[in-house]
Amino acid sequence: MSVSHEAPADLPAPPTLSVGKILRSRELVLIGLLAMVFIGGNASSPWFLDIYNLLDSTAIFSEIALMALGTALVIITRDIDISMASILALSSLVMGLASQHLGLGAVPLVLIGLATGALCGAVNGTLVARLGMPAIVVTIGTMSLFRGIAAGILGDGKIAEFPTAFTAIGQSYLFGMIPLSFVVFILLSVVFVVLTHFTVLGRNLFALGNNPEGARYSGVRTNRLRFLLFTLNGLMAGLAAVFLTARLGSTRPDIAMGLEMEVITMVVLGGVSISGGKGTITGVVLAALVIGFLRLAVTLNNVPGNILIVFTGLLLIGSVALPIIGEKYAYLFKLMRRPRN
Amino acid sequence: MLNVLKSREALLAASWLALIALAGSITPNFVSIQGLRDLMTDLSILVVLAVAQMIVILIRGIDLSVAANLAFTGMVVALLSVANPGLPTVVWPLVCIVVGAMVGMLNGALIAELQIPPIVVTLGTMSIWRGMIFVISGGSWVVQHQFPEGYLAVPRTQILGLTLFFWIGLTVAAGMWLVMTQTRFGRELYGMGGNPRAAQYAGVRVKHHEFWVYTITGALAGLSGWLWTSRYAMANTDVAAGFELQTVAACVIGGVAIAGGAGTVIGAVFGALFLGTLYNILPVIGVSQFWQQALSGAIILLAVYFNMISRKPPVRRILPLASPQGAGE
Amino acid sequence: MAVHENTTPLVELEGINKIFGGIHALRDAHCRIHAGEVVALVGENGAGKSTLVKTMTGLYQPNSGTIRVKGQAVRLATAKAASEYGITAIHQETTLFEELSIVENIFMGHPRTKPSGLLDWAAMRSEAREHLERVNLDVEPTTLLKQLSLGQQHMVAIARALAEAADVVIMDEPTASLSSNEIEKLYVIIEKLRDLGKGILFISHKFDEVFRIADRYVVFRDGAFVGDGNIAEVTEHDLVKMMVGREVGTVFPKRAVEIGAPLLEVASLSNGIEFKDVSFTLHKREILGFYGLVGAGRSEVMRAIMALSPYPFTGQIRLDGVPANWKICGDAIDAGVVYVPEDRRNQGAILPLSIRDNIALPSMKRLARGIWPDKSAERRLAQEYGRVFEIRAASIEQPVEDLSGGNQQKVVLARWLATNPDVVIVDEPTRGIDVGAKSAVHEALAEMVEQDLSVLLVSSELPELMGMADRIIVMRLGEMVAEFTRDDFSAELIAAYATGARAPQPAREVA
Repeated sequence: MSVSHEAPADLPAPPTLSVGKILRSRELVLIGLLAMVFIGGNASSPWFLDIYNLLDSTAIFSEIALMALGTALVIITRDIDISMASILALSSLVMGLASQHLGLGAVPLVLIGLATGALCGAVNGTLVARLGMPAIVVTIGTMSLFRGIAAGILGDGKIAEFPTAFTAIGQSYLFGMIPLSFVVFILLSVVFVVLTHFTVLGRNLFALGNNPEGARYSGVRTNRLRFLLFTLNGLMAGLAAVFLTARLGSTRPDIAMGLEMEVITMVVLGGVSISGGKGTITGVVLAALVIGFLRLAVTLNNVPGNILIVFTGLLLIGSVALPIIGEKYAYLFKLMRRPRN
Repeated sequence: MLNVLKSREALLAASWLALIALAGSITPNFVSIQGLRDLMTDLSILVVLAVAQMIVILIRGIDLSVAANLAFTGMVVALLSVANPGLPTVVWPLVCIVVGAMVGMLNGALIAELQIPPIVVTLGTMSIWRGMIFVISGGSWVVQHQFPEGYLAVPRTQILGLTLFFWIGLTVAAGMWLVMTQTRFGRELYGMGGNPRAAQYAGVRVKHHEFWVYTITGALAGLSGWLWTSRYAMANTDVAAGFELQTVAACVIGGVAIAGGAGTVIGAVFGALFLGTLYNILPVIGVSQFWQQALSGAIILLAVYFNMISRKPPVRRILPLASPQGAGE
Repeated sequence: MAVHENTTPLVELEGINKIFGGIHALRDAHCRIHAGEVVALVGENGAGKSTLVKTMTGLYQPNSGTIRVKGQAVRLATAKAASEYGITAIHQETTLFEELSIVENIFMGHPRTKPSGLLDWAAMRSEAREHLERVNLDVEPTTLLKQLSLGQQHMVAIARALAEAADVVIMDEPTASLSSNEIEKLYVIIEKLRDLGKGILFISHKFDEVFRIADRYVVFRDGAFVGDGNIAEVTEHDLVKMMVGREVGTVFPKRAVEIGAPLLEVASLSNGIEFKDVSFTLHKREILGFYGLVGAGRSEVMRAIMALSPYPFTGQIRLDGVPANWKICGDAIDAGVVYVPEDRRNQGAILPLSIRDNIALPSMKRLARGIWPDKSAERRLAQEYGRVFEIRAASIEQPVEDLSGGNQQKVVLARWLATNPDVVIVDEPTRGIDVGAKSAVHEALAEMVEQDLSVLLVSSELPELMGMADRIIVMRLGEMVAEFTRDDFSAELIAAYATGARAPQPAREVA
């Protein structure tokens, strides 16, 4: 089917991952940030580079980072989920109740926690993907609902009766120094990288995030995919609940209060576009490390957590705003140099 | 059309009154003069913030920093009033409005000028201002006896049997109603929310309006900071934590479309009245305060579902309706 | 029409340059509009028409050049500034507000206010009523826009331009969503405006419209001015030549192929809302055309077949004699039936993704090994189809949004043909694309049936259908009203059935 008479030339097929692309990427910025955190942390506190301190601090942010992995996928597909911390609270409570009243062992408790999380996620998924309600208000609603159920059942009490085999999960270390939650986070990060960037599912995910209707017309089961991602995110919150509950050895309705903001900060700082379609899991993992070690550096300097959130907020806005300001500034600079007629 | 919106507001108003009647039938005290006066005083803050949130949602935005703004402004003014107890009381609300507006301007500049998604910006500023409370207060509280006398007394002044709190809430609501229905600025916000590109084509100054919407919302959040600190006679880091979600909930209940472009001030006001009253009633009807959050979550979901049903995209019929050749419109 | 050489034009553009990134969208463009004339702006896609419109209405700032309004050089920094200088446009995309009333739609951005600064609703209502009368729209001004039909909404857009008291009215493809009845009404309004001394810039792809309504023409090609003159002094052939810069044949590349056995059988499809009792059979190697006015329900039938419709339907679909029970679009694609949608930007492609991603996505099931995509197979496929369709791009990894409109359309066709389908449903494949790209699409259709494919061709362009189709089914208001075989094609008859001027053929013939 030739219309013009020039010999049709082949389109070049460059490799999909190029060095140039990586150099210009978000990841590089994040690695720079991470280096700055390490340099600053080392300069401000002699204990920062202590390997035990470093590794120990991973236990705290790994729970949040696990939820960030799932949330990243939800945001890439143009949805949003701000109910993860509440799902965590409800999963934690259900495990607590199961332990208190049924006296279950560690394995069934973990399974119950995961199942509760997945179930909560499926509720979100049903409301958003099946009924077509907007994700932001649905998850604002379930954020209240899930934590509210925990609060309603437990009041201002707490459950601290967990079997030792269960609380051991929060105190186990690989090679005696790497917290189990961090190990699981790193392993799952690899799984998520593969899932997102190297499978058909991942391809569908980006197609959906860039153009939901176009993806549907291309044969992607868009609603099923969105439902699955919300469920997966719930499952990740359930997993985070297992680690957090085990680490604390108890559960209260206000457990993980406000963590959803940290989760979303990690995802956005990691370069996932809030309008969907763009982002990498490696970026999110790096962002988790940046925030996690920043927290360590700040804590070692006896700065209270209440001030840490100022840094997190500045990091979130700055990481998005600075490139935009840079672009605007470059444009102005060009204008000044070009004489106008 | 308009009737549907009107009937929704009427429905909300009716259910609000029913709620009060229900509480009154259980605890007559609730509907006594004093009871109603307290209720109106309590609700005024949520009303102000719901209206503030409504104009942001209307233009397809969201402001998650309103509660942090409230708490930060509240702390600023509390510290100032403790340090300068001699100044006239009228200074405090003015300070609050100015500080709140400045906080809002930062949101507005980042959102309108740099085009960063509102949820990212306000999530960030929410953390920043919450943290800044700790920075300026050093983590300490300002409590009842530290406030100058007038600071706590003036808002409780009664005019026509109702407190100044109520009258401020009413004035804000009425003022915003006027702006949103009778001024060019207000109507252009509806245009921006409904179809931002069309608004730009029609010559609406989209960025300018966006900036001022976040500034107004900030100013109202600041005003609420004054109301809150004087109502509860305290300022600390955790004041109004999570309150931003209640403001969104009030809007959703009031029929404000989360996708922008539709919703009314009256709807948001009744959404706030309904939600706030519900919270106040729970202990009255014997439901533990601890179930409040779950209930509000369920109500938000119901309201969203209801909104979705009532705003289904119009079916573009092709087949003529069964009535013979009735296509007259 | 009057010769305007001596009068000052209402608006005059001179030496306008507009550069986006590295692309020169407008190159030394000029254009003049006088009072009391209709100027047709013609040009292929990407000729710079929309950029010119946006420059004239203050939405884009030119990099250099002069804009004069009534002889005075001005700067149109915003849409508001342009409207204050009396220039208004009715844009191609919907530029109205569905949730608001007609009054508000008419006065958005330039309201009438009382001395107090508050809005003067009463004045706006009565003024709106006047403008609605002038565009022959008999509805209450307080009606919400979403309650109007598309054609009526367009009339509101025109009323809006009237209310702005503009001297220059730009109409960017105003007839695209109108029925022929409404188009006639539009002509009357345009003539009225011209007689009032307004200048009108009329942008259209359709030459019959240009010759019907315009006094003068301006032709753009590749962002540059090519020529202008009085419409009475040119022929359609001349205009086409100026537009594409070369001779273009209007012969359709229809090939003689042997039509085979029934392949896709559709029996009494109804969904109660959009279409009723639609039955047809598509044979192997056949091009079956669907004609009708915009909104006759043709695309809706196709979407129902592809399981893309939001409404459930009754009736049977058989592919090769096997009942098809497709739950989602992917099932139909797997079965060998693909749909090339009309809306390329939103449905046809995923613009931010690469050519390779776009071409591979519908074929993913075949290309991937289980859950693992095979990138080298994808590259081969993208290169093969890039070659066949002569897609011009830097590489197959280039995002589709960076390509020109014509090349985007080629990607859209390529990505569905790459699935190796048996049946291709093509919906308005040449709408809004230029003459050169059109003939490439026709060539592609002809080639498809040569390669054993069967085609359902939905089109609103009768010459195209008559040139390419073996049979034409005419739809009107959701029902099939007539069917023609190639030997009986008659433009007058087909159009008469489509507009309702002739009563439907008895159902027996429509089988």
